[in-house]
Amino acid sequence: MQVSREQLLHIANLSRLNLKDDEIDNYLENLQEILTFAEKVNNAPTDGVDETIGANDNYNVFRKDEVIPFEDKEALLQNAYSQERGMFKIPKVIQ
Amino acid sequence: MARSDYEVVIGLEVHAELSTKTKIFCSCPTDFGGEPNTHCCPICMAMPGTLPVLNERVVEYAVKAGLATNCEISRDSKNDRKNYFYPDLPKSYQISQFDKPLCEHGYVEIEDDEGNLKKVRLLRIHIEEDAGKLNHDEFGGGSLVDLNRAGVPLIESVSEPDLRSAGEAERYLRKLKSIFEYIEVSDCKMQEGSLRADVNVSVHKKGEPFGTRTEMKNMNSFRSIVRAIEYESNRQIDVLEEGGIIEQESLRWDDVSGRTFSMRSKEDAQDYRYFPDPDLVAIRLSEEYIQNIKDNLPELPESRKERYMSEYKLSEKDANLITASKYLSDLFEGTKNVCGNAKLSANWILSDISRILNEKEMEPDQIPFTAVQLGKMIQLIENGTISSAIGKKVLTELFENPIDPEGIVKAKGWIQISDEGAIKAVVMQVLEANPQSIADYKAGKDKALGFLVGQAMKATKGQANPQMLNKMFIDELRK
Amino acid sequence: MDITELTVHELQDKLKNKEITISEITKAYSDRIKEKESDVDAFVTILADEAIVKSRKIEEKINNGELKSSFAGIPIGIKDNMCTKGIKTTCGSKMLENFIAPYDATIVERLNKEGMINLGKLNMDEFAMGSSTENSAIKKTKNPWNLNTVPGGSSGGSAAAVAANLVPWALGSDTGGSIRQPSSFCGVVGLKPTYGLVSRYGLVAYASSLDQIGPITKDVRDCAMLLNVLAGRDEKDTTSIDRPKVDYVEALKNDVKGLKIAVPKEFFGEGINKEVKAKLEEAIAKYKELGAEVEEVSLDIAEHALAAYYIIACAEASSNLGRFDGIRYGHRSEKGETLRDIYFNSRSEGFGPEVKRRIILGTYVLSSGYYDAYYKKAQKVRTLIANKFEEVFKNHDVILTPTSPTTAFEFNSKSSPLEMYLADICTVSVNVAGLPGISIPCGVDGKGMPIGMQLIGNKFQEETILNVAYTYEQATNFRANYKPEFKK
Repeated sequence: MQVSREQLLHIANLSRLNLKDDEIDNYLENLQEILTFAEKVNNAPTDGVDETIGANDNYNVFRKDEVIPFEDKEALLQNAYSQERGMFKIPKVIQ
Repeated sequence: MARSDYEVVIGLEVHAELSTKTKIFCSCPTDFGGEPNTHCCPICMAMPGTLPVLNERVVEYAVKAGLATNCEISRDSKNDRKNYFYPDLPKSYQISQFDKPLCEHGYVEIEDDEGNLKKVRLLRIHIEEDAGKLNHDEFGGGSLVDLNRAGVPLIESVSEPDLRSAGEAERYLRKLKSIFEYIEVSDCKMQEGSLRADVNVSVHKKGEPFGTRTEMKNMNSFRSIVRAIEYESNRQIDVLEEGGIIEQESLRWDDVSGRTFSMRSKEDAQDYRYFPDPDLVAIRLSEEYIQNIKDNLPELPESRKERYMSEYKLSEKDANLITASKYLSDLFEGTKNVCGNAKLSANWILSDISRILNEKEMEPDQIPFTAVQLGKMIQLIENGTISSAIGKKVLTELFENPIDPEGIVKAKGWIQISDEGAIKAVVMQVLEANPQSIADYKAGKDKALGFLVGQAMKATKGQANPQMLNKMFIDELRK
Repeated sequence: MDITELTVHELQDKLKNKEITISEITKAYSDRIKEKESDVDAFVTILADEAIVKSRKIEEKINNGELKSSFAGIPIGIKDNMCTKGIKTTCGSKMLENFIAPYDATIVERLNKEGMINLGKLNMDEFAMGSSTENSAIKKTKNPWNLNTVPGGSSGGSAAAVAANLVPWALGSDTGGSIRQPSSFCGVVGLKPTYGLVSRYGLVAYASSLDQIGPITKDVRDCAMLLNVLAGRDEKDTTSIDRPKVDYVEALKNDVKGLKIAVPKEFFGEGINKEVKAKLEEAIAKYKELGAEVEEVSLDIAEHALAAYYIIACAEASSNLGRFDGIRYGHRSEKGETLRDIYFNSRSEGFGPEVKRRIILGTYVLSSGYYDAYYKKAQKVRTLIANKFEEVFKNHDVILTPTSPTTAFEFNSKSSPLEMYLADICTVSVNVAGLPGISIPCGVDGKGMPIGMQLIGNKFQEETILNVAYTYEQATNFRANYKPEFKK
């Protein structure tokens, strides 16, 4: 499939990534080349084959509904760029 | 064209927080409130490297909800990721269910606007995780992220667009809420946000295909849902009447201005890129598992209603009103067990308590006192300690300060005067002060008796035993 | 005696005979790191000083009977995508340059329980995306055999550190070949376990349905020993499998008589370097000599597997890496005013070009209108590949292939991302099918660079591939004949 510049920019927007002008052409070329290769999956004889869902055949692996508090609250916040009153601070969100 | 030429079509996506002890994918508590980011761990904070493990009770509760709403339960189900960026969503994806929800094709019954029974179809019920909360930062002008709620389990119940008026939508939501309360999967406290609805509205001319719908997200009071539907359907009709077209979009309902507003800008076009979550394994439910939940389902409102009518001789109307809310129904049963009088218990709940709830714009789940307290109050009336009039005052007091009613009565000095001598003294005093009333009574005006009793009650601040007063006035007037 | 030359089982023997002490081991590695790390640049974080302190505590615990494990006091290096509480975990990324995990990965807990000593965190391609470790934002790790060539990747730091005797053994992670290919390039042993054998809890995810942690060691016996520590169900990882405990060391029978080895001809076709092919053929002859039955088979999956791999891995990665938004942890841009700016600038500054490329590819294949053509189709191909492997394993015990089409290449020698992806052609199908695979050295090329042989087993047949690898190793003894020379 041919990827357009607009599509690439739309995808970058969905991924929350800025692409500089000089990066766009480069990424476009890479993406096209990789996608063309990836389309080899279409040559595989998959008629009547189910898709793999999940990483393996495990199922019904559940947890009991029991509280186990995480004690080291400080460690949960220590990596934050900005915090206030125990919360992560971000620019004002207009809701 | 007139508004009546249009039909309004409404569908609801109802999110109910499940009342499990722990979150859906980690062992953190789900309690409402708490200091910010204290009900959190590396998993619900989406620390790199962490993995989700599904809470078994979430599956059980969702299946319960599905069975109680006549759904088919999926034997084969899974979790999917819904990808989007928002600061209250720490993983930048919500673990939800896409093409294999746990429950499908159910229905609940409501009354339509004509009072006929109507089935509202449920497309599906699926499990997913709640997001965190954004708080406004009063000092810095920013926003603050609190993830205590992130990962609290939700069931999302999606209705078919079967609702045709704001009234129907309200009744549907009340019914769903009541069912979830009865089967005890959610406390459905709308004021705490544990029950919220996304409302889809469209309009079309009768006989024509459905129109384009708009969605109003995260509505959490019956009143605003009703207002929002009325506003939005009228707005859409106006747009169409003026030759405009309705755009499919998400709207925000503003309760203060009573209007809807457009929410998202074009640059944030959504594409959720759902795919099966590779960190979680398949869910496969056996017949035995489902049967076992079915067998242990708590009594549903329909069944309680029948029982109230047959065992306690309540009218169908009263039984309906009480069982509409599990909180009222539980209050009724608890009160009746304490005071032993079902009829009186029902009367208090349906008259005075319902009136106060209305006045205060409260939901039954916000009633602050217990069934034991209400039952004891009724006992006090029954054994003559207080009058019904005082009972009403005690009830008002219970709403403010829910303590033992006997304590209230003592503290306020509201114990009923049943002493014959004391009553006689009041009766004589009132008669002496109102000769005209005596004359009126003797002239055949029965109303005068009521006036005299009222005066006596006033003089005793409502504490005189009304039956004794009545009898004594009649005796004296006939002398 | 140079302690750092010894394998872990040799260290254990010498500890048992009281020929050396734990402190001496740690000291020897600390010295070796001081001497050679500047050549190799394998570490992101060196914990040599901490290790010396820890070794004394471990000795105390052994003396008062608190610690009885035969691994107590054995140093180890850990790939920098496994969370270590209180110690930086960078994933080779600017995004996590200063990230300190608030918890230990399950496998780190297991190492700690045995009393092993963390010598440091090892360099890698950013977020494990790459085949040369050139994608690390932290530093450039060199191949100890020739410092002008790459160590392979993404676990390049781990393989290079083991090869250069900077650690006695190390942990790597393997999504498409990231343990086996660098092990091949660096002349060491690397095993990717069956998907689900080892817990992923605390491994920063690249592609969740493909990632596995595994050992990188000097020899096969060490590999089996470390796998004994790593394997086992973890209730924090629902994809980890509950199965009876196996002693992998006991599986090393030094005997392949009657064993059926499949050699898929498609893995020896064009694109495979002639010298690599020649060494593999020698290895095949050796197996025949040792009594194994070798049979050529057809397994025409490599290209389909590689295509499916890049679709699935990038799709999962695009979602897994969404959490790096600069809010709770990770790089936060100083530029911009709005929330939107924070998202875009933090992510664009924090991620390197290969990571961005894969996020974009992954987002594309999952996006509306393309899901069925790419992702869904790739998941069908995945089933197909698993079926084809199953077919071969009906009649064979192991599959033998090269680990990599080439030996270690020079820095900046791949002209496009796709060319780099093709370096994984021999390894990815193993991940796609969730099978175990081991790479062991089987000789060197004309320039003296190691060549790796890959042995693939059926699900949970680690015992078989370890034994097959061990038997070859005992018969040929690569380590006695070749050593990295730190050529400049």
